[in-house]
Amino acid sequence: MTFESLLEITPYPGLSILLWVVLGMAVLYLARSSAHHVLLTLCQALHDILNLAVQAITATEKKLVQRNHEVLLAAGREAKERIVEREFVRIGDSVNRDLVGYPGLQRALSDAITRIEEDHQHAAEVPPEPTAWVKAVEVVAKLDRQELSVGPLLSQIHKSLVDAQTASLKEYRDASAKRHGLLQRMMPQWRRIQHTLDRVGKSIDSLLERSRSIDRHLSEYREIVAGTDHSIAVLSSSSLVQFFISALVLAVAVGGAMINILLIARPMAEMVGGTSFIGTFRMADIAALVIIMVEVSMGLFLMESLRITRLFPVIGALPDKLRVRMMAVTFAILLMLASVEAGLAYMREILMQDELATSALLRGGAATAQSPFMWITTAAQMGMGFTLPFALVFVAIPLETFVQSLRTVVGLLGIGGLRLLRLVLRLSSSAFVHAGTALVRIYDIPIFMPLWVEHRWRGPGAKRAPVGKSRAEVAP
Amino acid sequence: MKHAMNNRAHRSLAVAAACIASLAVTSCAPPEPRNTGVYLLLDTSGTYHEELDKAKQIINFTLSRLDALDSFAVARIDTGSFSERDILAKVTLDDRPSAANQQKREFASSIERFLDDTPKSSHTDITGGLLQAVEFLNEKEPGRKTIFIFSDLKEDLEAGYVRDIEVPVEGFEVVALNVTKLRSDNVDPREYLDRLEMWKRKVEAEGGTWRVVNDLDRLETLL
Repeated sequence: MTFESLLEITPYPGLSILLWVVLGMAVLYLARSSAHHVLLTLCQALHDILNLAVQAITATEKKLVQRNHEVLLAAGREAKERIVEREFVRIGDSVNRDLVGYPGLQRALSDAITRIEEDHQHAAEVPPEPTAWVKAVEVVAKLDRQELSVGPLLSQIHKSLVDAQTASLKEYRDASAKRHGLLQRMMPQWRRIQHTLDRVGKSIDSLLERSRSIDRHLSEYREIVAGTDHSIAVLSSSSLVQFFISALVLAVAVGGAMINILLIARPMAEMVGGTSFIGTFRMADIAALVIIMVEVSMGLFLMESLRITRLFPVIGALPDKLRVRMMAVTFAILLMLASVEAGLAYMREILMQDELATSALLRGGAATAQSPFMWITTAAQMGMGFTLPFALVFVAIPLETFVQSLRTVVGLLGIGGLRLLRLVLRLSSSAFVHAGTALVRIYDIPIFMPLWVEHRWRGPGAKRAPVGKSRAEVAP
Repeated sequence: MKHAMNNRAHRSLAVAAACIASLAVTSCAPPEPRNTGVYLLLDTSGTYHEELDKAKQIINFTLSRLDALDSFAVARIDTGSFSERDILAKVTLDDRPSAANQQKREFASSIERFLDDTPKSSHTDITGGLLQAVEFLNEKEPGRKTIFIFSDLKEDLEAGYVRDIEVPVEGFEVVALNVTKLRSDNVDPREYLDRLEMWKRKVEAEGGTWRVVNDLDRLETLL
């Protein structure tokens, strides 16, 4: 049935079109209530489905948030316990170090104080006793002046007085000198006492500082055990910071590992062949990578044996003797691998020289004279080959932090993703409700004429039956 | 709860086992060869014999570009080139880089001797040389097959030699090097262009790719 044949139902195409329009309007008008019902039901169904999805996502998000909090709090609790334990160990060491010498200290102080007391007693001022000539003066003063024997007597007394004064002055000076000597001897004792008391003061201050630090850590620990929002927020941000810092350090370590691989991949081709491939990777590169990974593993075990990291609790729980042996073995393997790498780095230099000589020969030129400073490059390569494995040992520390914080970060990302999805679904759900209403209105547009006639027929006061209204519109 | 955890554990194990199995299957499949095979045909006829000095440059360049397990053969184009006796030197480089370098040095010095000693040929059988090249490289089965033709591409067959046959160069890359222009080409350039066009059609009709490189200062595009 073509469009032209539709226009041929009447001799006049205009009339045919009008007829079709009227017919169409009539069909749409008659099917209005059913069409409204279908549209609204469809949109309502989509709205309900999306609401169900939102509820499911909300429940999942809650579980994820709770699980994330549990993980955070557990990790925070463990970290805090280690810190507090470490602080107590430090305080214990400090107290042992300082108080072990306390009896000697007390004895030294007591001796110093005793010496000072003795010296002080010796240095006490003894007022000179008044001489007997004072009484003689009194007696002479009472003598009669008319007597002729007073003159020589007074001269004799004057002479005695002068002698006595000289003797007293000398005695006074001697006593003063002795006193000053004693006081001077007290000075070092005072200084010693002051120094000792200063040391004691510093030790006490240090202990007080540590005890304040422990107080702070313990209060944070109590918050973590109680699971407060503040502690969760602090742990989350701390975990994020640690994640980024450890990721940065790991990126640097990966760079170091790549340099290491470049150093030894070429000589490895001599051992495993230069053209064997596994997938798109050369066997020589994979062999070099395996050596690097073994070195990193040995470093990891060494760190675990030293109890610096705790990725493998089994190793930390080993008996001390076995742990020390493990330490020695892993270090020996690491040393051997580092030596092998240094040798391979030297081999690389030789191979490079060989290749350069071959290229020069093929180019037709004479072999280029070797620079006298080439030994620097060779030594640098060997040094790097020997040092990089030991540097990679420390990658265990950021690796542990990265692994521990990754769980939290992934959880946070998951929560964020779920919230975003929930928002999108909620918006879509709301959009479908309004879309239903809009579609109903759009449906009525082509049949405006019969609707107008109906409205005029029923009268302006009559309300149209709420057929096809959405639940959102009907429900208050 | 315990039952649900067991079920989850079993499912995880099943998924992991499936991944490992698929990895094992894919890794057991024979890998595609990645090496290169190069066959260089040297025209030793007439005046083109004087161009052989340039051929040394191409040989050395090719050697410098080849890697471990690559194959390289140098053969001459003479009266009847469909013969192993025309192969002046051939080598398949060792897997170890140091041994490969040693082989390159030895090949370069031996080929120089051969080129100095090789006589001029009276005829030019390029098609025979191509057929020999195809046979050689198909036997080596490299991942990439390349034939260099160091010639003016003017075929001159001796009477009785049948070369009106297709050369199966599907999957081959054929590169014409230093296609010098003859005196007659200068008189009528259409001869030169028709000659190039003829070889191009011949190679491409059999599924090969055709290239012409005349500038020997820009050999980087060869390999």
